[in-house]
Amino acid sequence: MNAPVKIETTLKDWETDQEVRWCPGCGDYAILKAVQRTLPQLGSDPANTVFISGIGCSSRFPYYIESYGFHTIHGRAPAVATGVKLANPDLDVWLVTGDGDGLSIGGNHMMHVLRRNVNMQIMLFNNEIYGLTKGQYSPTSREGTRTPTSPIGSVDHPANPCAFALGSGARFVARGIDVSKNLPDVLKAAHAHQGAAFIEIFQNCIVYNKDVFDAFAAPKGAEGQQLWLADGEPMLFDKGTKGLAFDPEKLAFTVVDVVDGDWQAAGVRVHDVTNRVMAHMLAELPFDPFPMPLGVLYDDPAPTYESAVLAEREASVSGKEANLAKLLSGGQTWTVDGSAEDPV
Amino acid sequence: MATQAPPASTNPPTDAPDAIVVRFAGDSGDGMQLTGGQFTLSTALAGNDLATFPDFPAEIRAPQGTLFGVSAFQINFGSRAINTAGDAPDVLVAMNPAALKVNLAALKPGGLVIADTGEFTKRNLDKAKYDANPLEDDSLAPYDVLAFDISARTLEAVEPFGLGKKDGLRCKNMWTLGLALWMFDRPREPLHDWLNKKFAKAPDIAAANIAALDAGHAYGETAELSAPLKQVHLPPAPSEPGLYRTITGAEAVSLGLVAGAQLAELPMFFGGYPITPASAILHHLARLKEYGVTTFQAEDEIAAVCAAIGASYAGQLGVTSSSGPGIALKTEALGLGIMTELPLVVVNSQRGGPSTGLPTKTEQSDLYQAVYGRNGDAPMPVIAARSPADAFEVAIEACRMATQYMTPVMLLTDGYIANAAEPWKVPDPEGFTPFPAKFLEEPRGEELLPYKRDEKGSRPWIKPGTPGMMHRIGGIEKDANTGNISYDPANHQHMTDTRKNKIANIEVPDQDVAWGEKTGKLAVVGWGSTYGPIKQAVRRSQDKGCSVSHIHIRHIWPLPKNLGELLSGFERVLVPEMNTGQLKTVLRDQLLVDAESLTKTSGQPFQIAELEAAICAYFDGAQGNEGGQVAANDQQLPSTVEASE
Repeated sequence: MNAPVKIETTLKDWETDQEVRWCPGCGDYAILKAVQRTLPQLGSDPANTVFISGIGCSSRFPYYIESYGFHTIHGRAPAVATGVKLANPDLDVWLVTGDGDGLSIGGNHMMHVLRRNVNMQIMLFNNEIYGLTKGQYSPTSREGTRTPTSPIGSVDHPANPCAFALGSGARFVARGIDVSKNLPDVLKAAHAHQGAAFIEIFQNCIVYNKDVFDAFAAPKGAEGQQLWLADGEPMLFDKGTKGLAFDPEKLAFTVVDVVDGDWQAAGVRVHDVTNRVMAHMLAELPFDPFPMPLGVLYDDPAPTYESAVLAEREASVSGKEANLAKLLSGGQTWTVDGSAEDPV
Repeated sequence: MATQAPPASTNPPTDAPDAIVVRFAGDSGDGMQLTGGQFTLSTALAGNDLATFPDFPAEIRAPQGTLFGVSAFQINFGSRAINTAGDAPDVLVAMNPAALKVNLAALKPGGLVIADTGEFTKRNLDKAKYDANPLEDDSLAPYDVLAFDISARTLEAVEPFGLGKKDGLRCKNMWTLGLALWMFDRPREPLHDWLNKKFAKAPDIAAANIAALDAGHAYGETAELSAPLKQVHLPPAPSEPGLYRTITGAEAVSLGLVAGAQLAELPMFFGGYPITPASAILHHLARLKEYGVTTFQAEDEIAAVCAAIGASYAGQLGVTSSSGPGIALKTEALGLGIMTELPLVVVNSQRGGPSTGLPTKTEQSDLYQAVYGRNGDAPMPVIAARSPADAFEVAIEACRMATQYMTPVMLLTDGYIANAAEPWKVPDPEGFTPFPAKFLEEPRGEELLPYKRDEKGSRPWIKPGTPGMMHRIGGIEKDANTGNISYDPANHQHMTDTRKNKIANIEVPDQDVAWGEKTGKLAVVGWGSTYGPIKQAVRRSQDKGCSVSHIHIRHIWPLPKNLGELLSGFERVLVPEMNTGQLKTVLRDQLLVDAESLTKTSGQPFQIAELEAAICAYFDGAQGNEGGQVAANDQQLPSTVEASE
């Protein structure tokens, strides 16, 4: 794989001539802008960038990014993207999916793209609802969600996207919020990670699930509800007055008060992005009484699938020649009427 | 290794048959497929023409000795051209009572049974549901019987190698193969070489197997011979000069795909998921990385096709392969390939259906699925291989159509073609016509128009990574030029018509007549693996004076342009198929021809005799014979229906 060539672009360079057709006020607009703002900062080359999506509101994303784009079929974007990366590992692939596309109909492919560790950024827009089909409950909808298909409340237990990703073997797991100013930093961390980088983005569906994340995403009081993680930094929130400590008896986190900024005295733990056990605990941390962990939960690279495929190919090809005539006449042969060919 | 075949004899001895059918049958753990495969190779090296029919249960190791655990391998070989695996065996090798019970009905009257008495124990007879030992009563009176204790003789032969009884008995198949080699006057050396190579890491096992093989051969040669066993020498079949090998359909498809990708000057990406009987293609290609082949064992059938589509999008030749149920799963993605107009080759090795159906048995019942089986108006070319060797050319043709017309292409084979072997004259790649794929690297006019078509109706192939050519594609209806999303009514009408016409106008060769005159009373129209039995049945009927011709269709969709006119030169059209009449429907639909059906869905190939009987019914004065279901006695292997002559 070649080192990516950095290109100078502006946000405008990443806009297409297509009219954006999400509902006014949809969280997708904010994510689109965050991505268009981030790509120039990464030095990405539009000609070398491919956005691949499945089906759903989120999956219209590629039409609005001036790069290569493939709007595929419901749930299958990870499989298409795997083929793209195996055919041309140099392409910079972004996968755009949603909670229904990525965890319901496409849950199987999501699991396998993560465990294989195909090098790409996977943005899962989680709005806890099926938007494009008009508001049915999704695999991340909370129990009791009332929708046209669950008029007296859904009884399904919701899936936790980050826990699913970790359970599938993901080596990079992060969380963001559509309107958060920190989202570009999360995207940059994902892009810097070599391998499948999974990002759950809480996205507000203004029509069918309005403000469902307000408890932690609303700007008012956000500091007390959002725990932005940073590698090597103590896990503090609420302006540094609270933190997460580890209770070795319960093998669980607890919220502790931090007095006068002395987080060490309070036993607040330092975030280590390579600690897989902690990542699992953070991903599963129940919101309220705990804050919502955001940012990079886990980042511990491992060899990518395509590099392993290429290495295996190189090893098995070395010293062999691709002679079609020889291949066709392989195995045991015989000649009729003494024609002189001898293939060996 | 190349072997010089002896020259074809011009005067075969009058008492020698010109073809012989041998069936090896035993437990699925007895190694019958291996025995058959090696016997096939020795037959090919002797210069005989041949066709084989492996028939095995879906269970890997069914309980020993049971009727449903019987595995069989039939080979028809001769000093003349061979087209089928043969209707009824002349020789049946039965390694246990169950194998005898399951296969005896197929044996020709007066045929030879070779049985291992060592396995005809009370317990095995019970498992095979025999009340009495058939070797000891007169139930085998219509046949010649050679029954002796192969098990004991094998153990005797391998005794010096210190294998236990269990391991020793595993050499039984080699002992039997040795006897068969003697019966048909074949050299043992290629087998010795093969065993030494196969068991290179276990020289004792190699030596034991060789000892068993030699002992079986020696048994035939020595005075121990029973009367029914005679040595037969079949002179080589006359065939075109050249270099030959044996090839199965799965191998031929794999090699054809490799050749096709090379002719398109593209690397190949093969996405597959294990399924019987299609997996063999994935197995073959996984070993051919040096030919620019990437194989990807996906998490499911859907991912296999989607990854292939992704690879095609990125500029490789995407290929996927499966059998009916797997093709069903891929169907939505085929629509995506059709909508985005990307090259894709889809190989369907058909098996008995519906649902899981008969995984290891053959059928041609996915033709509707291939031609009609997608949501929306979603046309794609469909082509079918007629024999293992033919699958090579057809695979190249599929690659050509996919890349030249920017479309998914369905290539139909079946379980019979996939597993059966036949001699193949190795082609010289220098003789192939290349069809290099072209990528659009800069706009043709002022504007980039990813859906603007060339004279063939194909849109340009633009690889991501190409500077200045960024664009978006997807499954939503596309604007006719820009490829942007379009819900415009007139545009959808235009695009639906365009997709239909693009496929309808694909250039396919004119239909020829496989055997017989271009006009006549009856045309027998087939497709796929029925080629061999139809050809033989038509030849035999012609010999009896019937005005019948054989037409075999490779291009099922679109059909050859001249087919309607060709068929109008015949009074009646009979379509034998291993389904309930699917090609018949297409012919009636497309050509308004009064095609009649002859159908068979027993999981077994047609026999020459049953086809011949159906053909003759048209000439017996029997009026209004509509063909209909074949009433063949083929609960097990090919039936014993006799020709009407």
